[in-house]
This record gives sequence, structure tokens and C-alpha cells, in this order.
Amino acid sequence: MSYNFAYLDEQTKRMIRRAILKAVAVPGYQVPFGSREMPLSYGWGTGGVQVTASVIGPADVLKVIDQGADDTTNAVSIRHFFARTTGVATTTCTEDATLIQTRHRIPETPLRPGQIVVFQVPIPEPLRWLEPREVETRKMHALEEYGVMYVRLYEDITRHGRVAQTYEYPVIVNGRYLMRPSPIPKFDNPKLDRCPALLLFGAGREKRIYAVPPWTTVKSLDFDDHPFEVEHWDRPCGLCGARGVFLDELIVDDKGGRLFICSDTDYCSRRQADHPGQAGHP
Amino acid sequence: MYVAVKGGERAIEHAHRLLAAERRGDPEVPELSLAQIEQQLGLAVDRVMTEGSLYDRELAALAVKQARGDLIEAIFLLRAYRTTLPRLGASQPLDTDRMVVERRISAIFKDLPGGQILGPTFDYTHRLLDFDLAGARAGEPAPPATVGEVADAPEALPRVVDLLDREGLIERESPGDGTGQVGDLTRGPLTFPAGRDIRLQNLARGDEGFLLAMGYATQRGYGRNHPFAGEIRVGEVTVELAPEELGFAVEIAAIAVTECQMVNQFKGSATAPPQFTRGYGLVFGGAERKAMAMALVDRALRCRELGEEPSSPTQDEEFVLSHSDNVEASGFVQHLKLPHYVDFQSELVLVRDLRAGQGGSSPR
Repeated sequence: MSYNFAYLDEQTKRMIRRAILKAVAVPGYQVPFGSREMPLSYGWGTGGVQVTASVIGPADVLKVIDQGADDTTNAVSIRHFFARTTGVATTTCTEDATLIQTRHRIPETPLRPGQIVVFQVPIPEPLRWLEPREVETRKMHALEEYGVMYVRLYEDITRHGRVAQTYEYPVIVNGRYLMRPSPIPKFDNPKLDRCPALLLFGAGREKRIYAVPPWTTVKSLDFDDHPFEVEHWDRPCGLCGARGVFLDELIVDDKGGRLFICSDTDYCSRRQADHPGQAGHP
Repeated sequence: MYVAVKGGERAIEHAHRLLAAERRGDPEVPELSLAQIEQQLGLAVDRVMTEGSLYDRELAALAVKQARGDLIEAIFLLRAYRTTLPRLGASQPLDTDRMVVERRISAIFKDLPGGQILGPTFDYTHRLLDFDLAGARAGEPAPPATVGEVADAPEALPRVVDLLDREGLIERESPGDGTGQVGDLTRGPLTFPAGRDIRLQNLARGDEGFLLAMGYATQRGYGRNHPFAGEIRVGEVTVELAPEELGFAVEIAAIAVTECQMVNQFKGSATAPPQFTRGYGLVFGGAERKAMAMALVDRALRCRELGEEPSSPTQDEEFVLSHSDNVEASGFVQHLKLPHYVDFQSELVLVRDLRAGQGGSSPR
């Protein structure tokens, strides 16, 4: 017995592609779909895997990252899954990939037209922490009733002097739908705006798909006197010396010693190869 | 240390091998056969089939073995297999009237047509560890079971609720929308408000522990519905399929099920005389506790339909149906094990900045 190309049967793929088409047609809108039970655990990227399985073709070149890295266990596991069920070429190089499945990051290397990025989404509903009921949040989206989100951000400002949301920072897509950009750090939010690649978001357990088509405006919520800003580090990457990229923090000894390195392993390792001896000195 | 943080292929491979060795345990101890699990851990198999939504004793036994006895993991294995199977059609409604009954009890009538049949139940056992099962006599066959005077069981056992129905004492079960179409959660997303077909499917697949707690909560006042165990019957029913091209129904299987009909608080109005209401539970095999809990929760979730003001989470359809599935819940709870260091780094940056702003110490 063998499985179909990319595991899912063609009827299921068709159903998911229809949901994707609808999602592309209404940017930022969460389309319910008949999410299937997958041979990997809910929370491990079942939504992303279903979206990838539905759009992948034999000519695709697949990259899978988790936390920006190609070699984290779950990224390895998902890449294996598709290598085994499709036989497509895989890569760690962002430029070479036609299809990138990601959890929690957008690569540092700028995306290009024709690429598709598939995000794994745990909780698709941006209003969920403000209103637990799906019946209510769907109504709020229909009526474009997003005042509560602004109030929530404003409460942060009164309490902390700034917005204290650091990841899954809410955005407005195409001037209409409030969207939760999966739990990427807000550092990556600007990469969503007018992105040349097609961005697809799959939430398996919650059975929702949404999308940001290429070149769509994506605005992070903010206020005139408190403009949106991203996190920054006051040092470069300890391995490649890059600045202005997202850094992971490693604790390297039991005396509080720390090393800050690029979370994007492909970006970092290619910089090290291209510019040896550039390592920052923490 | 950099490599140690970022796992990698070899780590996964080794973990899988270690898992297989742990599963097997001491090779001196004989390996379990699927037949042993299916026969001697039958209730575990029943639970895995029920919550795995697939009636196949052998596959369920395999799942229990592969999962090392972790039943939620076994349910997950069976579900992930089930999802690859084609759907050939929908069966005719099961006729539990014609069940070959192994156990049948009613808590609301002392005697009734067909009688009370205790069957193989733990109910009146004294929970004393039976050291005979552990000791030298463990290999001996159990004493032959004797069946009472019910040897000539009637062709059909009328359901207790139908006896009440004849007098109009209990609400009529609505026969559905007449199209014979039932929803399927495994093919389409759960949306609200959910129909009773979808609710019952959700509860039948739902976690036994979750439903038990929810059902128990209704008994303790969180959405109380005054239940009586109208009838519980356990036994075999035939499954019939009516293929379109054939035009009539054919028997395709006989499956063991447990059905629970709860008879609940009555209700009436100025125009309608008071009537008892119903809650329903149906599970594969002998998962009786689950069937009863399911019936309690089904009744609690009917509150709006019956004009009751919902006041508790047990009556909240979104709360119950969104959180009943143990494969979903187990996955999402456990996904916290996956790396989150990007998001955590963002939080660290913020908390350090906030502390620096307040003059707190910020170790660098």
C-alpha cells in the first residue's frame, strides 16, 4: 500500500485549494475548511502541512524552517515527511526554494515573486484573547468591529508606556480584515507588507485557512503618537556579524554568559561562508 | 553547544529507536499478541475504537500495543489511519430495538418487558485485588459463565423511552430533517450553532474523562438536568447499508455498542402538558461510563432548544464541543514542548527594556 503524492488524497487537496482560493480572494479573512487528521500531532503544524500538501507539485523545491532554523527537530521531521511522500527536492537556501513552510519566522533573505510561504498557525483568531466565542468574533469581523483591539493596545500604553505585544502582533490586511500573523515576532511584521510572495496561513486544529496575496498592504496596528516599532539588539550576530536581523540568545555557561546569533540559520551560515572572520564580538 | 540546541535528524532517529526498545520492554518477557490485547484488554480496545471513530478491534489492539498502553496516543494512531480511508456511504440508522442484548438495565422501572439483564458488569464487584489473577493460578481458565433464564431472549426488546412515548410522557424524538443526511465533523469544520447530529458525533468522539467531568458537573448543579438512567443496553446490532444502485438495504456488519437513554426533568407550558426530556449516548463496545456521561452532556447542551437559560459551561456548546476532542487537546497542550525561543526572545527583549525603563537591573 502506498500513499498518494503529498499524502492527502486528491479530493481533499481540491477542497483545501478551494479554501485557499477563497482566502486569496478575501485577504486576511479566515476561511473554515474540513481539516483532516494528519499523521503528526495537532500543534506540530497540521494546518501548514495540509496547505503545503495541497499546493506542492513535483517541480517544487521545498524549504522547511522552525524558529528560523532548517535544522530544528520539527523542521527536519516535516521536511522528511514531504521528501518521503512527494520526492520533491528540498533545500535550506531561501532563494532556491519555491515553497517555504515556516513556524514562527519569516526568512531574513527577501522573498521574491513566485514563492509561496506557508505559515503554521496555532490560533488564527486575532480577537480570541478578547472574546473567546467564535460566534461573536465572526460577527465582529463581519462588522469590522475592531475597537476592542485598539483599546487593548492602548491599555498597554497606559500601563507600560508602550504596546507590550511582542509576537503575533495584530495587523490589518488590505485595509479590511484584522489578522493574526501566526506567532511570528513583531520584528517580522514589516516583511508581510507588500510582500512579493504569496503568504498562506494554515490552522489545522482550528480548521481555518487565510492568506495575504502578493503585494497586499499589511499594516501593524499603532497610534499616531505611538508608532509601531520592532525589537532591536545592541550587538551583531556572534557568528556572522549581521546587524538588523532577529537574534536568538543562547546561554553558554553557568555564569550568565550569553551568545546572540541569527535565528535564520541559512542566512547566517551563508554569510559566514561569504564573509569569514566577520563574527561580532559580544 | 550550538549544535546541542538545534536537534537534528540523528537525534530523531535515535529517539525513535529508543522508543521502540522501551515499548518492547524486557525481551525476556513474552511479547503481547494483538489477540491477547483484543481479548483481555477489551475495554481499552473499545475506548480506542469509540474515540478513534473506527470500528476495527484488531487495528485498535495494534494501536494500543504501539502506543504502549497510552490510550489517547492509540486513539490518535487510529484516527490518523482512519483519515486515509475512503467514505463509501452512510449506513441506515442503527436499530437498537433489535439489539442482541448482553446487558440491559433500567433504573426507572422495577420490571419491564424483556426484564432487567445484568450482564458482565463491574457494578456489584467488591473492588478487592484478585491475587489469583497474579499468582500461579493465573493461567487457569475462568469458571464457565452461566446465563440465567433469558436464554430465549425476545426478538426485539422495546426501549423504555418508547414505552413512555406511548403515553406521551416523554418528548418525541425529532426524526431529523427528513433528508437522511447527517453532518460529518471529520469532513467539514465544526461551526456554531451545531446541529444535534454534529453534537452527538462530537461527543461520541470526545474524551471520556472530559465528558465524565462535564456530566458530573451537571449532577453537582452546573447545568443540572435531573437525570434518570432510563435505559442502558449493551449488545450487538447489525449495520445496514442501502447502496443507491441496489435500492434496498443489506447487512454489512454486526458491531457491539452501548446505548444510554437518559430521562430528564419534565417541562411544560400553558399550551403543552408537561413531558420528560431526553439525553442520548452511544458508544462502541462496552464504554458504559462514557455513554452515560455523553447522555448527560447531550441533555445539558439542549438547554436553548428546550428554552432553558444557560448558566454554566456544561450548557455552553462552544465551550464543550471545542474542547472535547482529546487528540486536538493533547496536541495543543503538548506543542508547548516545541521550541518557542523566537517568541520568548521577543518577550525577553521587551521585559528587559521595561525593567531598564523602571530603573530595575537588566543583566546583559
